[in-house]
Amino acid sequence: MEISVSEEELELLLKDVYEVHGYDFGSYSKASLHRRVNRLIMLDKFPSFAEFRFRVRNDTSYLKRFVEEITVNVTEMFRDPSFYLALRQEVIPAIATKPFIRVWHAGCSTGEEVYSMGILLKEANLLHKTLIYATDINPDVIEKAAKGIFPLSLMKQYSENYIASGGKSEFSSYYTAKYDRVVFNEELRKKMIFATHNLVSDSSFNEFQLILCRNVLIYFDKDLQHKVFNLFDQSLEHLGFLALGSKETLKFSTVISKFKQLDKLKIWRKVK
Amino acid sequence: MAQGEVNEVDEIIVIGGSAGSLEVLLQLLPQLKSDFNIPIVIVLHRRQGGDSPLVELLSTKTKIKVKEAEEKEIIESGSIYIVPADYHLLFEKDGSFSLDASEKVNYSRPSIDVVFSAAADVYASSVIGILLSGANADGTKGFEDIKENGGVTIAQKPETAEISYMPENAINNDVVDMVLTTDEIAAYLNEL
Repeated sequence: MEISVSEEELELLLKDVYEVHGYDFGSYSKASLHRRVNRLIMLDKFPSFAEFRFRVRNDTSYLKRFVEEITVNVTEMFRDPSFYLALRQEVIPAIATKPFIRVWHAGCSTGEEVYSMGILLKEANLLHKTLIYATDINPDVIEKAAKGIFPLSLMKQYSENYIASGGKSEFSSYYTAKYDRVVFNEELRKKMIFATHNLVSDSSFNEFQLILCRNVLIYFDKDLQHKVFNLFDQSLEHLGFLALGSKETLKFSTVISKFKQLDKLKIWRKVK
Repeated sequence: MAQGEVNEVDEIIVIGGSAGSLEVLLQLLPQLKSDFNIPIVIVLHRRQGGDSPLVELLSTKTKIKVKEAEEKEIIESGSIYIVPADYHLLFEKDGSFSLDASEKVNYSRPSIDVVFSAAADVYASSVIGILLSGANADGTKGFEDIKENGGVTIAQKPETAEISYMPENAINNDVVDMVLTTDEIAAYLNEL
């Protein structure tokens, strides 16, 4: 028998998670949360909502799994290659003249897009003067991201994405294969700082020339989206860039008047 | 959420299709009354990558407004929404869409099951699900959820489907209320 939690049960669960563990999912999309909670109850074979709720309340190690599964961690290297081509052509030349470059990946999940960015900067000869801050709500995925270890089986697809993004080198030169895994080069990793950061509750922590936050805001409600856009605005230098996912937009935000969208791209430049 | 006179939608039609279903839509849409009022959400399996001109193509076949479903957009009556490639589509209780880029379901994103189940969850007995030609088992689980919540499920008559597996799979799982040809589907919808 499949379990489908009711609206009230979902509210109870979210209240527990906030009161007991401090994670506030109250402004996440309800439709997505509902689906993720039902999916997790099924994956972990809980016989009832009550037992699931008890475990989430009382087992801190299970809470980690809860956060990892409730949030979506689907990502890939050079996801939407045309987006990375645009970064190479439009954004990187504009930030290249800075003496020091700071990039923020907000909601970086397991880090695939962070390493992609590292490769772009390396190929533009800018990596030596760059720091990429990569953050996520979820400590477990941050730990994975920091290791830079990914399955070998995905490299064929990633290599194709890399070439489609305008990559001209041998993609395999960026990693060392070990059994069924690959480790990305230390040279990339040492320019990355991985940390937990919660877009719901944490504030701005630096000023950046480029902020990337792709396919994160779709899981937030409108109010939280507005709040996060304000946070990004505060965290961007004058003439800095904000990159969103292919179906996300800054159009309806309160900060839109300060930004200019790059032609047909999901990239906005802070012009005021 | 009292926000004035928002045109609230209380019924929805969800159509799922895979290989061989585009031809059915090209036949079905021109037959719908031009003042057809119930919003229609179409979820098609497509090859990955590249913006297909699906919205433009379907727009030429009907007077009803056809557009891609957008993130947090309020669903309006008298509109046909196409689920974007590489995203699942969910329904919020406030009458808006949410997009979702999570794991593929039935090797598919968008998945017909995800859209059907999400619609059943919010619109309950006011959902009409229609499953067209395809070579995938997607849609059967979604039909189960629509039926469980009191909605109506219609499968394309397998003999008329270019690839009969998808509607047949739903029929064999006993989650289909009506088995109809394209013309019969159009007639049924026009009489709602």
